[in-house]
Amino acid sequence: MARSPEARVKAQGSAKHGASHFIAERVTSIALVPLSLWAVYAVIALAPLPYEGVVAWLQSPLNIVFSTLFIAIAFYHMGIGMKVVIEDYIHKPSSLVLLLLLNTLAWGLGAVVAIVCILKVAFTGAVA
Amino acid sequence: MAELVLPKNSKVQTGRHWPAPQGADKAKVRTFRIYRYDPETGLNPRWDTYDVDTSQCGPMVLDALIYIKNVIDPTLAFRRSCREGVCGSCAMNIGGRNTLACTHGHAETPGKAVQISPLPHMPVVRDLIPDLTVFYAQYASIEPWLHTSTATPDTEWLQTPKDREKLDGLYECILCACCSTSCPSYWWNGDKYLGPAALLHAYRWLIDSRDQATGERLDGVEDPFKLYRCHTIMNCAQVCPKGLNPAKAIAEIKKMMVERAL
Repeated sequence: MARSPEARVKAQGSAKHGASHFIAERVTSIALVPLSLWAVYAVIALAPLPYEGVVAWLQSPLNIVFSTLFIAIAFYHMGIGMKVVIEDYIHKPSSLVLLLLLNTLAWGLGAVVAIVCILKVAFTGAVA
Repeated sequence: MAELVLPKNSKVQTGRHWPAPQGADKAKVRTFRIYRYDPETGLNPRWDTYDVDTSQCGPMVLDALIYIKNVIDPTLAFRRSCREGVCGSCAMNIGGRNTLACTHGHAETPGKAVQISPLPHMPVVRDLIPDLTVFYAQYASIEPWLHTSTATPDTEWLQTPKDREKLDGLYECILCACCSTSCPSYWWNGDKYLGPAALLHAYRWLIDSRDQATGERLDGVEDPFKLYRCHTIMNCAQVCPKGLNPAKAIAEIKKMMVERAL
C-alpha cells in the first residue's frame, strides 16, 4: 500500500544542515562588498598600464592577497548560489546530481585556474 | 525541470456561457469566469462564464458563488463554511490573486469578468476544490501542540502578557493555504519545502515561552528544503487574507538557526 501523505512528509526527516550554507551565503556577500569595490578600482588602475606595469602591480603583496581573496570568495559565492538555483528547478535525480557536480567543477576549477595564474605572475614575473 | 506549461489533459478550454436572465438590470450584471473540472467525465478543465445579476446576491464573491450554485448551475463545486473569514475553507484564486471568497467583494475585482480558479499548483479534486492533503500533512509534521517535559502544573501553563504578545500575528492563521499556494518555491518544491503556512506555525511554537522542545523543533526544520527553500519572494505576506506575515516568521526561524550555530 502506498504511504499516506503524513507518512511521506514524516519520512523525509530533516537533513540537519542548512544553517551553515545560509551563513556562508551571507558572510561571502558581505566580504564581496569591499572586495568588489577593490576589483573595480583595480581594473580602472590597471587599464592604462603597459604589460610590465600590470605584472609589477600583481607582484605587490597587498594586490596578491586582495586579488586571490576576491577570486576565491567570488567563485565560492557563485557556486553556492548556483547550487540553490539548480536544486530549485531540477527535479530528475540523475540530472540534479550531474548538474550539481558540474557546478562544483565549474566554480572549483575556475577559482583554481585563476588563482594559479595570479600566483604564477606574482612569483615568477613577466614572460621574457 | 519546473513545469512551466500545463500538460495536455490540463489545458483549460472554453466552456459554457450562462447569460443573465431577461429583464436583468444591465448595470448590475457582472460576468464570472469560473474554472470547471470534473474528473469523472475524463474531459479537460474549462472556463464557464456566468452573467450574474448582482442585485440578487450579496456583495462578496462567495455570495455570488452561492447564488450561481443555488439559482444558475447546481453542479458548481466549492468549499465554504463560516462565510466570515474565520474557517479558511473558501480560499481560491480570484482575479489572479489568492484570497478568501467570503471576505473579497466582487466589486473589488478589477477587469470585465471576475475570474475564479482553484488555489494554484495543487491537484484539483473538482472545480474550485484543491487537494490539500500534503499541505495538512506538512502542518501536522511540525507538531502544532505544546511540548513539555517538566511536571504538569496544577493550574494552567502560565505565560507573561509580554510572552503572550509574541504569539500575535502568528496564532491568527486559519490555514486557508492562500500563502503556500501563492509561493513559487512551494510550487516547484511543494513535496519537500514546508511552505509559509506550516513554517509560520513552526515559529508560533518555537517562540512560545511555555514550549520546552525548541531545540528539537529547530532540528526538525533545519533542512535545505524544509526551511531554506524560502527565497523571500514575499507573495505569502502579500496575499494573506488575515494580514499576517509568514515571510517574517520564516526569517525569524533562520535567525534562530544562526544564533544557535554561532
